[in-house]
Parts: sequence; C-alpha cells; structure tokens
Amino acid sequence: MEVIVEDLAVVRGGMRVLEGVGFRLEAGRALVLRGPNGIGKTTLLRTLAGLQPADGGRVAPGPEVMAYASHADGIKATLSVSENLAFWAGLHGVQSIAAALADFNLEALEARPAGSLSAGQKRRLGLARMAVTGRPVWLLDEPTVSLDLASVGLFAAAVRRHLEAGGSAVIATHIDLGLDGAEVLELGPFKAAPPEHDHDFHEAFL
Amino acid sequence: MIALLKRDLALAVRAGGGFGLALAFFLIVVTLTPFAVGPNAGTLSIIAAGILWLGALLSCLLSLDRILALDYEDGALELLATAPIPLEAVAGIKALAHWLTTGLPLTLVAPVLGVLLNLPEPGYLWLTLSLAIGTPALSVVGTFGAALTVGLKRGGLLLSLIVLPLYVPTLIFGAEVARRASEGMPISEFSTPLALLAGITLGTLALLPFASAAAIRINLR
Repeated sequence: MEVIVEDLAVVRGGMRVLEGVGFRLEAGRALVLRGPNGIGKTTLLRTLAGLQPADGGRVAPGPEVMAYASHADGIKATLSVSENLAFWAGLHGVQSIAAALADFNLEALEARPAGSLSAGQKRRLGLARMAVTGRPVWLLDEPTVSLDLASVGLFAAAVRRHLEAGGSAVIATHIDLGLDGAEVLELGPFKAAPPEHDHDFHEAFL
Repeated sequence: MIALLKRDLALAVRAGGGFGLALAFFLIVVTLTPFAVGPNAGTLSIIAAGILWLGALLSCLLSLDRILALDYEDGALELLATAPIPLEAVAGIKALAHWLTTGLPLTLVAPVLGVLLNLPEPGYLWLTLSLAIGTPALSVVGTFGAALTVGLKRGGLLLSLIVLPLYVPTLIFGAEVARRASEGMPISEFSTPLALLAGITLGTLALLPFASAAAIRINLR
C-alpha cells in the first residue's frame, strides 16, 4: 500500500510547526524522520495517526491503515504481558499473539504482570503491540528509547519482517537501525514561518 | 468492544482497581447515619429512602475520575482513539464498565443496607428498581464529566463540580420514587417521577456518549 502525503501542515498548540511536508512511501519501504528536538516529528506522526487535525494538505489513505506507537505504551501494570497484548489484538480483530511474543522475545515473560517488567521489557511489549494491530503502516515515535543493543536488533528485525511482508513504516529516530533502503526525510526545511503578528485577536478568547 | 469491556472489568477487580471503593463508602455512609441522627426508628424510616439514594450517588461520584484518567496517563486512551472502534463506543463501553463495577453492586446491596435504616417494607422493591433505573445515568453523565476533565492534572474537584448539578434531576426523581413507595403509596402515585427517571437515563444513554467522544478528541489534541 502506497502512502501519499502532499503539502501537509501540522499544528501544535494552535501554532503551525511544519508546512509543505510531502512524501511518497511505497509498500516495503521505511521513512526515517530526522530533525532537532521540537521541530515537530511527534506532531507529524500524531497528525498522520489521526489524533490531531491537519491544518492543510492531504494524506492518503487515512488513519485507518496506520498503527501508532507513542512514547507511552498504554501498558496496564496489573495485567500480565499476554493479557495486555491479547487486549490490543482483540481490539484490532487479530486472533493470535504468539508470533508477536516470539518476535520481541517476550515468551518467557508471558505470565508476568506488566508492572514488574523493566523499562526495556515494557518498551518491547509496547512495540509488540504494533505487530498485533494488523495494520500496514507503522508510525513509530522514538521506538528505541530504553532498549539495549540486542533489543534494538530484535526491533529492527521485526520492522524488516514487516517491510518484507509488504508493510511500510515512518520512524522518528536518531539512531541507525540498519534498514536497507530506508529513505531519510530532514524536517528542518519544512519548518513553518513564524506568524506575521504575534497575537491573533480571536485566538486570545479561545 | 467485548475486549475493552473485559479488560476494564479485569482492571477494576485487580489490585488498586477501585472496585469495592464505592461499596465501602456506601456502607460507611449508611451505617454512620443512625449514629448521626439518633436511633429513633420513626425518624430513620422517614429519611431512609433519601439517605440510600444520596449515599449511592456520592459513592458513584467517588470513582468517576478513574474512568478515563488512568488510560490517559499511560497513553492507552490515545491508542484507543486510533483503534478501529469508534470513540463513541469506547465512551459507551467505559460507562458500561463503570456501571457494572459501581452502579450494579450499589443497587444490589441497597436493600440489605435498607434494613439498617429501618426502611419501611413496601419500599424495598421500588428502592432497588429506582436505583437500577437511575444509576446508569450516573455512570454515563460521570463518563462525560471525566471526558471533559481528562487532560487536567488532579481534575477531580472540577469533575465533581461539573457532574453534581447534572446528577440533581436523577437524585430528585429517584429518591422521590423510593420515598413515595416506602410510604405505601400505590404505583399510580409515583409513576410520574418514575417515568422522568427512566427518561433521563434513556436520554443520557442516547446522547452523552457522543458528547464524551467529542470531548476526548479535543483533549487528546
């Protein structure tokens, strides 16, 4: 499935942060977003995921093909690892979680309450959720935070498998995941021009 | 959707889930009332229906901020918003899960606690029925209040202030049904408050999940 983004403008807190963003993402390819802190990588991913309305431009197809992984993993401490994963699988109408558990090396932790996992193990569980959504386009926001080298390898392998199966991924990350043929999109040039006047009269009442 | 309901019920009954909080509070209110107003059986039987309804309502209020705040804090609400089920259904399921863990147990325990307050015998049936009809509205309205305040840190006070006025009609008509029934009046005497109570519940059930979903969407931006 090909994702086409044209002339997209994204807003954060009522201010345009990026404008004129455009790219084409073919099936089986990954796109890496680069840019300094605060440039709007997270906002762009949230806009693609449909959590925030765009201020202009076009994204096709819509949020229904996107699976989004944010900084927070939505893990419930009192549920076990497999219960957490089975919940998201059930929500997305996917039957089996065995493959996702194996991909992220979580089989040994299956029955542990998620609250007792380490930060890296939680992150792996959060990323395993992507595999049970069954959606073709993964939106990953700093996916390797708190992962050790071996886990980064596991994660990169999971992304590669996803790409080989015809999926695609948009990843905001600063480290090299070693994905073959990943395109890099520098967000710096798309930074929105500062507004002409500082205080919008109507905005002041909102 | 069943998956979400099952998860919410599982979370509620596990450690720190808040199930039992409302029941314990209800029990405390009802057992302390005779100490506060005196053991005169006549006085107690007059106020029993009102106290039971008020206690149930306040117990319900106690657990409202858990409905959405926990899911917001750990990011699950955002992920639910991107899931294939509509946010309106999420709001509805959340309200249902809250009712199953709060309103329903309160309804079932109310006739037992009625004994402690010397509730007159004809009142038991209609106290239970009026709670069964009225408490779903408390959960749905509460979910709406929780949706409005979901982005706020420590929004519990604001939530209570928003929700309390919306609870007043349910309290008035629900307690009126229970009071008139406990005085031994025939059903024709309290069919009007009963119909209004049911009307409020049905109206909130039909409309508020949409309002809750809209509020969640805005708060997630």
